[in-house]
Amino acid sequence: MNTPSKPASGTSRRTFLASTMVSTMTLTLLDRQRADAAAPPLSKDTARDPLRVTLNINGRDQQLALDVRTSLLDALREHMGLTGTKKGCDHGQCGACTVLVDGRRTLSCLTLAVMAEGRAVTTIEGLASADGTLHPMQQAFIDHDAFQCGYCTPGQILSAVACVNEGHAGSDAEIREYMSGNLCRCAAYPNIVDAVNDAKTKMQRA
Amino acid sequence: MRPFHYARAETLQNAIAAQQAQASIEAGHEASVAARAQFVAGGTNLIDLMRLDVMRPEAVTDINALERSPSGRIELGERGLWLGALVRMSAAADHPDVKRHYPMIAQSLMLAASPQIRNMASLGGNVLQRTRCSYFRDASYTECNKRNPGSGCAALEGVNRLHAILGVSDKCIATYPGDFAHALIALDAVVDIAGPSGSRTIPFAKLHKAPAESPHIETNLQPAEIITAFVVPPTPFARRSLYLKIRDRESYEFALASAAVALDMDGDTVREARIALGGVSALPWRARAAEEAIKGATLSDDVLQAVADSAYAQAKPRGENAFKVELGRRTLIRALRQAAALEI
Repeated sequence: MNTPSKPASGTSRRTFLASTMVSTMTLTLLDRQRADAAAPPLSKDTARDPLRVTLNINGRDQQLALDVRTSLLDALREHMGLTGTKKGCDHGQCGACTVLVDGRRTLSCLTLAVMAEGRAVTTIEGLASADGTLHPMQQAFIDHDAFQCGYCTPGQILSAVACVNEGHAGSDAEIREYMSGNLCRCAAYPNIVDAVNDAKTKMQRA
Repeated sequence: MRPFHYARAETLQNAIAAQQAQASIEAGHEASVAARAQFVAGGTNLIDLMRLDVMRPEAVTDINALERSPSGRIELGERGLWLGALVRMSAAADHPDVKRHYPMIAQSLMLAASPQIRNMASLGGNVLQRTRCSYFRDASYTECNKRNPGSGCAALEGVNRLHAILGVSDKCIATYPGDFAHALIALDAVVDIAGPSGSRTIPFAKLHKAPAESPHIETNLQPAEIITAFVVPPTPFARRSLYLKIRDRESYEFALASAAVALDMDGDTVREARIALGGVSALPWRARAAEEAIKGATLSDDVLQAVADSAYAQAKPRGENAFKVELGRRTLIRALRQAAALEI
């Protein structure tokens, strides 16, 4: 078996995968219909035509050509290379795919990408400051060891930011209730509650 | 998921016209699970069922723009509480007027689903959500009268711990999964509906149909009709109301049994009561016999037992869900005691 070789010149596996996916995506930019045009007569053929969709992700507009069935989650991961948002169940039951849409926590797996047009989407990649300083919630998750495997963590963090902003982080019990849409199979729940409490005070000060 | 045509409707008229165009192609198709045209708002139920290949619409009309119409508003006025159909569950659950004047409505919404889903799901879509019956959701089962009319019901002799005991038929025992609908039916809400032949208002109690012989037709909505709002009449005693939900885990779970109760008290005597039961019924379920049984009574242990008896007198348990009769009775009794004890 080959030993994994180190990627050359500082290219990580993640950035390599991301750039490959984006270049594949540009090949699919075809002549396509607009989403807001009147629905044409029923025909499977036109239903399969790609749609031109403009998404605002972390403050930047991106044009994509997407199958109408593409979820916001798949658009982020497979078409934009933003793999921070995780796919857990793909049925709205686990919360791993949580992103903020116009500041409100939303399940990207149950959102059609085309339905996110005209809205501001924030993913885990867009949470830190431009200078790389982590969001207080990200820092609190590290400080309180609020994860083990880390797979649910991006969703947990975005959900936790919204939980505080909504004013639903008043007590441990309230945090548990309002974080119940994010499952953690490693059961890091006590530490997640600690992290939310800690970040809450820092977010309120900021 | 199968491909479909997606269109955005900017106005109510657009939305109805878009669906009417599709509905005309499918003459004879009522508003059923198999309808080829669907509206989408939050998408939390529809997209899930499309991904499971349970629902296969060919045309999906996005009605989120109607949020900017009266369908996006909550207002407390002379007609009572106006809840626009495009209002999100979280907005209604957190609304100060809803919490203060109709606590059972706010609680039924807050105790449902997760914060993410409550941010997405509209009130109109919420009341129309489809059952969680595993045989309905798993398209590899042929037998499901809801999904595949006339094919039979695998739940009758199958894994049916979560299934309904009230309002069921020998064609379908699927549980109606929602919470909010029970609060609406308890409080005599009405539904404003717009459609190709104009607008109409019906009692909320007339919106859903019992499974009877046709479980695949779940509501009295006609093709291309759309719910625009719910109106809950002024009910001063609804301030003494609550929604009690009992489930397998403490949060983010459907009800095994629930009770929406409101009490109009004169000292220790109940002048009037409103009772609806969730988690146990095939459709939103008003327990009118129980309301009669409690009228004019004081809440003694004997009275509460008698009220619970009348609420579940017609229960038809089937195998694994037999426990729901006793669980439902106790849930109702606890809800009534708690409502009577509320300080308002």
